[in-house]
Amino acid sequence: MKAPPLSYVRAATLTEAFQLWRGAGPDARLLAGGQTLLATLAFRLSDPGTLIDISRLRELRGIAQVGTAAVRVGALTTHAELGRHELIRSHVPLIAEAVPLIAHPAIRNRGTIGGSLAFADPAAELPACCIALDAAVIARNAADERRIPAAQFFTGLYTTALRPYELIAAVEFPVAKAGERAVILELARRSGDYAMAGIAAKARLAGATLVDPQIVFFGLGERPVLAQAAMAAISGQQVLAGTIAAAQAALATDLDPPADQHGSPQTKRHLAGVLLARALKRMAGIEDARAA
Amino acid sequence: MSTHLDITLTVNGERVSRRVEARRHLVDFLRLDLGLMGSHAGCEHGFCGACTVRVDGAVVRGCLVLAAALDGAQVETIEGVSDTGEIRELQEAFIARNAAQCGYCTPGMLLTAAELLRQNPAPTREEIREHLSGNYCRCTGYHAIVDAVETTLMKRLKRGSEPSVMIEKSVSSL
Repeated sequence: MKAPPLSYVRAATLTEAFQLWRGAGPDARLLAGGQTLLATLAFRLSDPGTLIDISRLRELRGIAQVGTAAVRVGALTTHAELGRHELIRSHVPLIAEAVPLIAHPAIRNRGTIGGSLAFADPAAELPACCIALDAAVIARNAADERRIPAAQFFTGLYTTALRPYELIAAVEFPVAKAGERAVILELARRSGDYAMAGIAAKARLAGATLVDPQIVFFGLGERPVLAQAAMAAISGQQVLAGTIAAAQAALATDLDPPADQHGSPQTKRHLAGVLLARALKRMAGIEDARAA
Repeated sequence: MSTHLDITLTVNGERVSRRVEARRHLVDFLRLDLGLMGSHAGCEHGFCGACTVRVDGAVVRGCLVLAAALDGAQVETIEGVSDTGEIRELQEAFIARNAAQCGYCTPGMLLTAAELLRQNPAPTREEIREHLSGNYCRCTGYHAIVDAVETTLMKRLKRGSEPSVMIEKSVSSL
């Protein structure tokens, strides 16, 4: 279908974007890469009246190291840019690894990290990665800027901690430390589809033990789920058959997946367990990650 | 803030100016306003890839880009890259391998395959499949399409570092 009738305006500066937004009212939507927004318009799932195009705002672009401990990624950075940028590949490798799992090349050329986080699809890769990596979302309104830890950003189904007239300016990722292992895995019926179930995880490997694991599931709830019971079960442990089984059993506490078009809650729990075993083995450097 | 906008952009090397409805997506703009019928509107919500065109050098879903947002942009369609001869080898391989049947997906397949060959000089068959996975074909079962891309690749690899190839590569990367 075609998009509903709408008005369009392009902001030349961030200041102007906020003025236009106030003028258009809270229902107006910001247009960045448009890879989800334009599809929802075509389905007539949204009817914002006015689109404010922020895609040319320099203030929201660029990838740069902040001190020695963080990398700041402008909200308008496309998935394709994330996947090939040297700072991301070397300092935030989980994100570079996630990029090929996001939709398809033509969509990665246009879709942005800010758009993905703001849309907050529970089956999307980048929200889960941001939580796994303890990233901070840098939110801006007309007056100032605030940091929202990724773990507090996703508040529900397609909902975030952003306030009215507040946008995502950037995302700040901690630089990966020595010995840190991170992995993202997902199961999808077709390449590029949203995941039936997915896992993004990070841990430090000390000898054969996983320390400070951070395990996040996506596509298994209304928002990305931090699997705290599974994390406690594997923390400080070696990845052995027994510890894998204990972590899998802990998922009964962590996950309460709703049935969806991909399957029943039981199916989804099973898939989560399979992914958890593969992810733990991968982080521990155990070769047969598919054998679990 | 307006429901109609004046835009000027470059399409296949030619400067064009038009007044467009704000909700008009790029494929409708190309087909209905400019009469370039090579880009196809399939699902119109970003799934099928039939509308694939290039904007500022990178392939995009033409149905997920608003024409209004493209003031100043460089757009290339299947007509443009056919005329310049940039994808001639791919087109010949598609014909030789019978990789086009109804033809609806073919322009998108060609543009997406051209981007892969530009970015990755030696993709595996699996990587070819992966790169084309967002372009749906309901006729061929994909095998012949992957064959055609692979044939083009093999030809290029065989020619290796011949000067003409290097020139072609540097021109297409501009």
